[in-house]
Amino acid sequence: MKAIYSNLLGGKSGAVGLALLAVLILVILPLSLDIFRLNLVGKYLSYAFVAVGLVLLWGYGGILSLGQGIFFGLGGYCMAMFLKLEASDPVSTKIQTTPGIPDFMDWNQITALPAFWEPFKSLPFTMVAIIVVPVLFAFIIGAAMFKRRVGGVYFAIITQAIALILTILIIGQQGYTGGVNGITDLRTLDGWDIRTDSAKYILYYFSAFLLFGCILLGRFILSGKLGMLLLAMRDKEERVRFSGYDVSSFKIFVFCVAAAISALGGAMFTLQVGFMSPSFVGIVPSIEMVIFTAVGGRMSLLGAVYGALLVNFGKSMFSETFPQLWLLLMGGMFIAVVMYFPNGLAGLYQQYGARLDKLWQPLARRLAKRNKVVAPSQADGSPQLVATPVIRKLAEKAVVTDEPVHEAIRTRRPA
Amino acid sequence: MNAVNPSVKKDFILSVEDLTVSFDGFKAVDSLNLYVDKDELRVVIGPNGAGKTTLLDLICGKTKATTGTIQFKDKELTKLSEHEIVRAGVGRKFQTPSIYENLTVFQNLEVSFPRGRGVFGCLSFRRTPDVIERIHQVAEEIQLEEHLEMDAALLSHGQKQWLEIGMLLMQEPELLMLDEPVAGMSVKEREQTAALLNRICKGRSEIVIEHDMEFVKSIAHKVTVLHQGKILAEGSMAHVQADERVIEVYLGH
Repeated sequence: MKAIYSNLLGGKSGAVGLALLAVLILVILPLSLDIFRLNLVGKYLSYAFVAVGLVLLWGYGGILSLGQGIFFGLGGYCMAMFLKLEASDPVSTKIQTTPGIPDFMDWNQITALPAFWEPFKSLPFTMVAIIVVPVLFAFIIGAAMFKRRVGGVYFAIITQAIALILTILIIGQQGYTGGVNGITDLRTLDGWDIRTDSAKYILYYFSAFLLFGCILLGRFILSGKLGMLLLAMRDKEERVRFSGYDVSSFKIFVFCVAAAISALGGAMFTLQVGFMSPSFVGIVPSIEMVIFTAVGGRMSLLGAVYGALLVNFGKSMFSETFPQLWLLLMGGMFIAVVMYFPNGLAGLYQQYGARLDKLWQPLARRLAKRNKVVAPSQADGSPQLVATPVIRKLAEKAVVTDEPVHEAIRTRRPA
Repeated sequence: MNAVNPSVKKDFILSVEDLTVSFDGFKAVDSLNLYVDKDELRVVIGPNGAGKTTLLDLICGKTKATTGTIQFKDKELTKLSEHEIVRAGVGRKFQTPSIYENLTVFQNLEVSFPRGRGVFGCLSFRRTPDVIERIHQVAEEIQLEEHLEMDAALLSHGQKQWLEIGMLLMQEPELLMLDEPVAGMSVKEREQTAALLNRICKGRSEIVIEHDMEFVKSIAHKVTVLHQGKILAEGSMAHVQADERVIEVYLGH
């Protein structure tokens, strides 16, 4: 129980941070926004999945991938294929030349459902595929790159190239993929209409809980030896290798985990936005997702979520008034973050938070003193342990000094 | 020299035979033979560019040999990858202190603990009492017990060198290879390091590359002098120091 508390929730500060974000996402935003805006937030939260994956991959693993859109897209497309098949039943597609296949296939003179679409008629298969397809893809890319020790800029460029290739492939094969328009006009999930307001609320909450699940998964990974090893690898890869670790297998693993988390985001995107298109797969969205992570703080799982929310809020506000200016602003923001705040908002919070703590402590001490004075007067015969200064001091000492070394270290947890 | 009786070979913990590595035609190590006994502390000396570091790189798998064999116990190292060589029992310390600056001293040692080395082993790794005990034991050996909680980046240069030696000790290697372990250390630190190396030599063999002759004298069981990728002389310190060719190419300067 204690281990769960310190590993998953990250001790007191981690639990408080998580609770604050939960209150914001689960209570404040749903209460203060109408369903149209809340649905937008839901869309931003689906990007936050990718940002959380990037914290593991880039922040801790030191592997910059500029192609996370690949996995977001694969997850999203898997979901979209299922929804599209459900929306293309023979009755509602009876005006087509070939009823019962998705409309874009009919427009492209395809007369039978392609074999790779068949399994997506099954919801369980789709749910498995949303995770397995991107992970398999990540595994192949990862094994090919990391076993050959391709890293750094080269890895970033290659992932970018793969994102571009995948976009071109999707657009080029429009009979099978819906082309540049993507897969649109999605209606129901296993008979449940996803376009209604109540469905949007439910999907928003489901997506939020799933995101928290991913954050906890991230914390579980980072709080153990693997998190430490990732940091060690980022710092001195050779030393890790010569300590008996197969570095490539760890990189492949974290790449696959990031891919799986991104894919969940993609699937939630499709469900909430109601379509999937190649414009969420390619280079631009992949880089945008890196920017969300950088702005929020690439070493902070929670920070990445704030980053995704804030940058996207900014984007929708600014791009409504100055559509041209937004891209420049975002580029400028990225440069500023990289140059001046390498740990993003979370880093700023940690610096600023320490100062707040300093301001708070004298106040806390004064309050404690006053309590000491007040306490005896309220004594009603029963022993008031808290009130006696000696015991208070002893208790303080126990907290500060008697903690064993390894316990003190154990409490250093990723935010 | 090349034809070694196989029955003799078994006694060595490490036998390097006919080892050559060629970089674009330049032979950094040239048909070299080297045998290290159990519990032996061997020092390799030689002028810059003699191939000392390359020799260690070849043994630990960082560089692949062009020809030749490296037999460690009964394993052929030239066919193994770096992490497999480490798991076979060979530890390597690099020339510049190579530690994880953004982890604490404790964590640096913990990462080096030889358990949970696979991805899933790593996920299920727990900081059990035996891990903690071993870390304290090693920390005491390398005189860093007081600094376990400190970020490794804040250690002095000498302490970083010791920490890296400690990280190797965590792995309990049977062969320890150290590349200039006292470079940049004060006189006192050098003495302490010499004592440390002599202490940890019990139950394991060491190969040390060093330039400081005083330090070499205080630790070496046997000295090998390398020159242009070949062995120039080998034997006790006194023997090597008396060798005219060694004086000419190395000690005389």
